[in-house]
Amino acid sequence: MKRRNFIHTAALGAGILAAPIPIFGKNIFSAELLNPGMDVATKKAMADVALNTARSLGSTYADARIGRYLNQYIFTREKMVQNTVNTESFGIGIRVICNGTWGFASTNDVTPDGIKKATELAVSVAKANSKIQTEEVILAPEKGHGEVSWKTPILKSSMSVPVSEKVELLLEANARALENGATYISSALFSVNEQKYFASTEGSYIDQDIHRIWPTLNATAIDKASGKFKNRQGLAAPMGMGYEYLMPDKSEEIKGAGDVVLYRNRYDLVADAIAAAKQAKEMLIAPSIEAGKYDLVLEPNHLGLTIHESVGHPLELDRVLGYEANYAGTSFATLDKLQSGTFNYGNELVNFVADKTQENSLGAVAYDDEGVKCKKWDLVRDGILVNYQAIRDQVHMIDQKESHGCCYSQSWNDVQFQRMPNVSLEAGKEKYSVQDMVKDVEKGIYLVGRGSYSIDQQRYNFQFGGTLSYEIKDGEVKGMVNDAAYQSNTQEFWNSCAKICDKDDYRMFGSFFDGKGQPSQVSAVSHGCSTTRFNGVNVLNTGRNI
Amino acid sequence: MSIYNKDEAKEIMSRALKFSSADSCEINLSGNISGNIRYARNTVSTAGVNSNQNMAVQASFGKKVGTATIDEFDDASLEKVVKRAEELARLSPESPEFMPPLGPQKYEESKTFIQKTADISPDFRAEVAAASINPASKNDITAAGFFDDSNGFNSMMNSNGLFAYNRDTAMNFTVTMRTNDGTGSGWSTRDYNDVSMFDAAEASQIAIEKALQSKEAKAIEPGKYTVILEPAASIGLLQNMFFAFNARSADEGRSFMSKEGGGNKLGEKIVDERISFYSDPMNSIVPSSTWTGDGMPRKKIVWMENGVVKNLAYNRYWAEQKGVEPVPFPSNAIMEGGDASLEDLIKDTKKGILVTRFWYIRGVDPQTLLYTGLTRDGTFYIENGKIKHPIKNFRFNESPIIMLNNLETLGKQVRIDGNLIPYMKIRDFTFSSLSDAV
Repeated sequence: MKRRNFIHTAALGAGILAAPIPIFGKNIFSAELLNPGMDVATKKAMADVALNTARSLGSTYADARIGRYLNQYIFTREKMVQNTVNTESFGIGIRVICNGTWGFASTNDVTPDGIKKATELAVSVAKANSKIQTEEVILAPEKGHGEVSWKTPILKSSMSVPVSEKVELLLEANARALENGATYISSALFSVNEQKYFASTEGSYIDQDIHRIWPTLNATAIDKASGKFKNRQGLAAPMGMGYEYLMPDKSEEIKGAGDVVLYRNRYDLVADAIAAAKQAKEMLIAPSIEAGKYDLVLEPNHLGLTIHESVGHPLELDRVLGYEANYAGTSFATLDKLQSGTFNYGNELVNFVADKTQENSLGAVAYDDEGVKCKKWDLVRDGILVNYQAIRDQVHMIDQKESHGCCYSQSWNDVQFQRMPNVSLEAGKEKYSVQDMVKDVEKGIYLVGRGSYSIDQQRYNFQFGGTLSYEIKDGEVKGMVNDAAYQSNTQEFWNSCAKICDKDDYRMFGSFFDGKGQPSQVSAVSHGCSTTRFNGVNVLNTGRNI
Repeated sequence: MSIYNKDEAKEIMSRALKFSSADSCEINLSGNISGNIRYARNTVSTAGVNSNQNMAVQASFGKKVGTATIDEFDDASLEKVVKRAEELARLSPESPEFMPPLGPQKYEESKTFIQKTADISPDFRAEVAAASINPASKNDITAAGFFDDSNGFNSMMNSNGLFAYNRDTAMNFTVTMRTNDGTGSGWSTRDYNDVSMFDAAEASQIAIEKALQSKEAKAIEPGKYTVILEPAASIGLLQNMFFAFNARSADEGRSFMSKEGGGNKLGEKIVDERISFYSDPMNSIVPSSTWTGDGMPRKKIVWMENGVVKNLAYNRYWAEQKGVEPVPFPSNAIMEGGDASLEDLIKDTKKGILVTRFWYIRGVDPQTLLYTGLTRDGTFYIENGKIKHPIKNFRFNESPIIMLNNLETLGKQVRIDGNLIPYMKIRDFTFSSLSDAV
């Protein structure tokens, strides 16, 4: 059985979400989000039914994922709660290798009978597909991990916080934004808890409890006389954290250039809503940027998306090999570029690491969805392309022996496949703040937060805008500007990197609903970096008169 | 079982309604069987079949509303879901924009169900994949594609006596053909309610030809060019314009459709006078359901006539606020076209660019409906009425409003993504940079 709905909501400002929000499972009471679900001993017994059935039917490998996926979404605008959704989805997905071929089936009937039938179906799918399979599945070795468990190290589960308390916070943020000049304001809170149990014929029984949270807001200011309107989105990042992310802490605030307040591991929704209202009004009277070459100073909650699109996606091995050719596309970062050992993805300042273990990140787990222990590895070192992102059945294609541990499925009833781990730009080594960086710029633009984004199907040419843009002249921030978007080419851009702030400025951007595959699956991924400067980038003026 | 006929659906929802003690109760019952096949690197990568059935019950007490869902329809399950919706409603805050359920409505009988599409088998899907992979292999080309089909029903009933039912079928196909030297790429797409209209070999051949013709593309300078947009290219921009036909965001002052000084652009001419489009659920080529999810009847509605905005969508709440009749958001768009074929449009072009499709379209400025994106999978330079050579892909920054003001010629209509859109020749289309992507 597969139930999937989508929320189309006008509550979120344009640009926050490109696609409708996926809703999995059945509606439940918020109190039911705290039910414990199936106990570990029963999950192990159920998983063993799948593994034993698969073995008895001739499978050379099998894994079972028993998943309970809990979501809570709350949407508000102005003084009103628009919608509160609590959902639960529970079931088991079974993947087998028979005759060297994958087979997959899933069921929400998590009983010995239901699991046995689903496993038989997975085996029959594998046997049928093996007739048209041209390449046998080769799995990188992975030892069994025995019975282990892991939990996102949260301080306070968002699911345990009453809906009324969350609504109160969102409506308080809305009220303060309206008091401070927003014509309209919407805010929302997404809370996710994945309770995943993984077992494989190699002797792993892995129980994981994963939490994610994302507060959003969008303030709109309107000048009725001129008909002009401007939106300012929130500057929160989605995080692999609990409700503690919404408990403000001054020590986690970062003062950006242009008096912008930015957030690391704690977020002040109300303060950001007030700032959003004021800045949306300021945008209404800010001048339009003059097109030309500028030095760009890119704040992490902006640069994270540029990293996601221009580094994260092109280094997915399945894209490189052509498996995504009909949808998201292929990649300019072809195998020969890796094999050469000399491909300058960026200059020597540029180091990208993939990391499935990074604290507070959206992608953090101890084991991936095929039971591989997660780790950190280099993608680009001193500017040179050194690796891709690959999973157990892919690493042999790049002559490697060990999976990178970045396999993921959005639910128990979708088959797992390679997904982007957290991909981050390492901080600069010498002490250097955003204020130091601004001082060193003669003609530049400081971009904050995510805005418009678009990149080609091989990830060469891109265009990005920000939530906020400030002009820098002769080492000082002159003021807010409108209509700035920069265009560049991935390799050229990362080779124009001039300076990276140190670790004190490092924080994460996140993508909560990153889409890939046909049928499409979502995943959540973070990208860390410090504020970074790029020299001589082409900036367009996107203003038009109609 | 996930597909119920009209009588079965009515019987199940009537049984559920009997358990309701709320002020009002509205039930949506739906079911669907869908199948798909995906291929890449000239081999099948995944294939699957899914079936689902779902009932959503919305109960209300005054303006307090609760929704619960279930996928089993025995009496005990139905009672459980209705009671759960009622409990959720009692616990909810008042919803100021809640509208009570509609009374009985009259709907036309839709044309959305075709038995042949409902009968699509795994073997048929495998043949679709083979119709791409086999000719690709013979042409030193690698095929990647996705075919999916669905067969389902939607129905609703409420405590005010409304009942609605619709069956529908659909299929979608996309294929990308890439030359094995990596220098050429072609693409095509097809979507139908009736699979007998679909020819996988023909669609695959077009993508192969585009791939072969697009090899060794030349770079030309970005700038303003006359373009011939295939409907697969223009639809992305046009759909974003259609979404702006929303009265509420216009009236609130935060849409392209908002007017200086307040109000909206209803009655204003905003594009070339040859541009007219409407929606019509009874169109035989792009049929859609004749009712919306909240039970509003869908009828033919003219949205733009001779470049003038004729209608904006009003949901029931906003219509009541503004004292007008509700206008449901359409499920299709039919843009009036002309007689010219693609070949005719090319023949009449002195200098221009033929665009197969646009990719990664994202909004840049909601005030002007400015969008950016790129050409992909077959972009060609036209000179003196002929395709001269393939060109490298471009990034564009353009607004559909500017585009439709710069109309040169409208060509024949093509079904694309459930809409009927003509080939269009547009002058001064803004390409702002080159892309090396193939």
